[in-house]
Amino acid sequence: MRLSLNSRISAITALLPALLVMLVVYIGATGWTVWMSLTNSRMLPNNNFVGLRQYEMLFGNDRWITSVHNIVIYGVLFVSLALSIGFLLAVAIDQRVRAEDTIRSIYLYPYSMSFVVTGLVWQWLLNPTLGIQHVLRSWGFEGATFDWIVRPETAIYCLVIAGVWQASGLVMAIMLAGLRGVDEEIWKATRVDGLPKWRVYVSIIIPMMGASFATAAVLLSTGVVRLYDLSVAMTNGGPGIASEVPAKFVMDHLFERANIGLATAAATTMLITVIAVVAPYFYWRTRKGEMR
Amino acid sequence: MQKSNVDIRSLQIGFGGLKVLENLNLNVEASEFLVLLGPSGCGKSTLLNAIAGLIDVRGGEIHIGGRDVTWAEPKDRGIAMVFQSYALYPRMSVRRNMSFGLSVAGTPRDEIERRVGEAARMLQLNSLLDRRPSELSGGQRQRVAIGRALVRHAGVYLFDEPLSNLDAQLRAELRVEIKRLHARLGATMIYVTHDQIEALTLADRIAVMQGGVIQQLDTPKKIYREPVNRFVASFVGSPAMNFIPGRIARDGETGFIAGANRLGLNGYAFRGLPTDAPAVLGIRPEHIELTASDDPSAVSARVEMVEPMGADTLIWCRLADNTAFSFRHDADAQVCVGDTLNVRFPAEALSLFDEISGQRL
Amino acid sequence: MTAAAQPLPAARRSKRMTPARWGLYAFIFITALYFLLPLYVMVVTSLKPMAEIRQGNLLALPVAPSIDAWVKAWTSACTGLTCQGIKIGFLNSLRIMVPSVVISILVGSLTGYALSLWRVRGGNILFGTMMVVAFIPYQVFIYPLVRVFSFTGLGQSLLTIVIIHTIFGLPTMTLLFRNYFASLPVELFKAARVDGAGFYQIYARIMMPMATPMIVVAVILQTTGIWNDFILGLVFAGRDNLPMTVQLNNIVNSTQGERAYNVDMAATLLTALLPLVVYFGSGRWFVRGIAAGAVKG
Repeated sequence: MRLSLNSRISAITALLPALLVMLVVYIGATGWTVWMSLTNSRMLPNNNFVGLRQYEMLFGNDRWITSVHNIVIYGVLFVSLALSIGFLLAVAIDQRVRAEDTIRSIYLYPYSMSFVVTGLVWQWLLNPTLGIQHVLRSWGFEGATFDWIVRPETAIYCLVIAGVWQASGLVMAIMLAGLRGVDEEIWKATRVDGLPKWRVYVSIIIPMMGASFATAAVLLSTGVVRLYDLSVAMTNGGPGIASEVPAKFVMDHLFERANIGLATAAATTMLITVIAVVAPYFYWRTRKGEMR
Repeated sequence: MQKSNVDIRSLQIGFGGLKVLENLNLNVEASEFLVLLGPSGCGKSTLLNAIAGLIDVRGGEIHIGGRDVTWAEPKDRGIAMVFQSYALYPRMSVRRNMSFGLSVAGTPRDEIERRVGEAARMLQLNSLLDRRPSELSGGQRQRVAIGRALVRHAGVYLFDEPLSNLDAQLRAELRVEIKRLHARLGATMIYVTHDQIEALTLADRIAVMQGGVIQQLDTPKKIYREPVNRFVASFVGSPAMNFIPGRIARDGETGFIAGANRLGLNGYAFRGLPTDAPAVLGIRPEHIELTASDDPSAVSARVEMVEPMGADTLIWCRLADNTAFSFRHDADAQVCVGDTLNVRFPAEALSLFDEISGQRL
Repeated sequence: MTAAAQPLPAARRSKRMTPARWGLYAFIFITALYFLLPLYVMVVTSLKPMAEIRQGNLLALPVAPSIDAWVKAWTSACTGLTCQGIKIGFLNSLRIMVPSVVISILVGSLTGYALSLWRVRGGNILFGTMMVVAFIPYQVFIYPLVRVFSFTGLGQSLLTIVIIHTIFGLPTMTLLFRNYFASLPVELFKAARVDGAGFYQIYARIMMPMATPMIVVAVILQTTGIWNDFILGLVFAGRDNLPMTVQLNNIVNSTQGERAYNVDMAATLLTALLPLVVYFGSGRWFVRGIAAGAVKG
């Protein structure tokens, strides 16, 4: 259908905000950030080009190295645990259990809460003096220790516990939708074939749910790179710098340590990481779309 | 290959408060091809799923090959099943789809290969063995699904509307293939469909179902020629049987009064003694004959519409009392709308039904 | 067919409790406890006096429940220098959330509408870029945006944070409405065109009234999303408009001296209250929102 001139102008004006956002925020701001990471800006931005010096300093920076180390641990554990727990929860709910709606609500409600709330609750639960450790000891397990949150080498795992608690429900919801999409006759066929249920899940259902797994994995992974609020609220990067994460590194260097060049170099590194995760996913989705 | 009979005794099935089947009895002979025919919701798929052990029964017994399998798991019943949506395992190759059940059951590898090879040969799947289901056409997928059933070497093969997702031409092709397969294997097959052509072409016997009850269980020919009630008469046959309301009159010779016309019933095999009562006359379009105007049994009708159907022509007429009917004639019939024709309803081809109960008289 | 229309009744033995079934329910029960534990602990802690918290068990029910901690959290807990409780944050969050939700849905739906039904040159590129950007961490944009807003004179203000929420809500909102409008029959749109309706008339009179389900989903997504935001509020809202999450973090993590865990938990619950109400009140809509938002890309 040919568009009249009026309608065409209207359509373009309607898209102006989006266009403006794209040009100024997405392209402009990203470009500026990348550019600043190549300058020696400190408290105020300047245009003194220094090449990749900020990146050299970044990867020589202990706090950044710890942050990257932490985010890798967190990312691997968080994504794999949330995926597997979420999938198991979805499978459990899919067994035609009683009170399905209630159970689903219980699994999913943490996802409605903010990272700040999540972080503070788990900070309290993991408090060694009065939290779970105290409960275990009062139950007679005198030697029980669960003081991860105050020990530098384990603090990051506390973030994993809280993160998994918050996000497993999301995975469950995505997986359950996938499971419910499986043709009922496939289940009948497996019963006629006499396949044990676990075998059906492993050999037939899981391979069918590639799309659900990919979607959940990408959502969780991008959440990993963004991880900030949880670290701030739960441990504030501590003890010491033991649970620092890249997003927090950027924020602290931008607004407290006044080192814009280093902060933007860190931000650019994060950007490249995200693109490395997301680009193959988009490529895969587009190809899949073409095949259909 | 083992061929089992299936014996169903006073079967009851329900979902919650809804009774789907009640006190249903059915005996399928070994090597028989039995078709369960009926409209959606008649309980035919429920019955098939119960035979397969895929749904719970509330009462009654199911025996397969002389064994009571009412409470047995599907895999232990000696059955194999083909589904409407094919239900192929999407991430497995054709070969793996066919062999997976056997390998999980621990069948020796060379035996699996032998059976898969045999099924593939029978169904011309040899060149497709390494493809994924998504790379196959609908007809090929259904052949794979049949192949997956065949390798089980089951005593009974169950088909749940296997052709209804295919287009008309493929459906006809696969219908022939299934019939050939039955002839070759001589296996017991139970086949659910709502398509009466499939039922008539494939079955040794057809069970016509409605409302969870088997209305008639008979050979295709008997079902077609002597339907036991109006439901069976109207459900089987296309174009559909004509129904003309009227009454049976026993003034001297027994006849059927429809408006001003009186049709002789000499030669109609009544089931009981005919009585004077309102009745419905049923006749298939191809059994109506053209006749001369001086034939005493002639009825005159006005042509209202002509539908050429290729091989023959369907002619829609109205009697003087406005009752409509259709009849089949050669394609070269020179009939025009508005013509008046003289037709004859041969008594031996008629079906008469009680007006109230709908049962055959 | 009856069997297809009805859900398949569970296998016979599963009606009785088999060991596998017991295992299943045990798994569900234990996992449900894990998910409920923090909520339970928040509630009981907030109702206990500090003495009871220090001596008692984390999981024990309060012996003498009192709402003192709630009152204190609401009216007089200290957030850094001021001690006016979390109600300031609550009001700030409301003032941020309401306009942000309305404006982001308006802009997003209009963008989605223009991108789905009107063939605009470059529309696909615009949409594709937005989808990629939705995955990029805020840290990449934040500093330039701070500079842009201080350059325009808006600085840190209520208007700034509303604009920011609109900007970062745009990809998801656009996606939501674009997919919804694209799923409607095109004939509807064509009929409206034939009847002579223009761009904005079709949007306002035909498309938006039909999009009620998506508007509900969008409101749920944006309400919880904006309420739960921390980083954007911290950077862009300004000292006087800090949202509840930031105030909460200040109450809990910048206290001097002994921590009042009961007040902390009361404040935490108060902050989580609105999303929880939205979640439990909206039932399946929330799941639908997740599903709609999850198909990013």
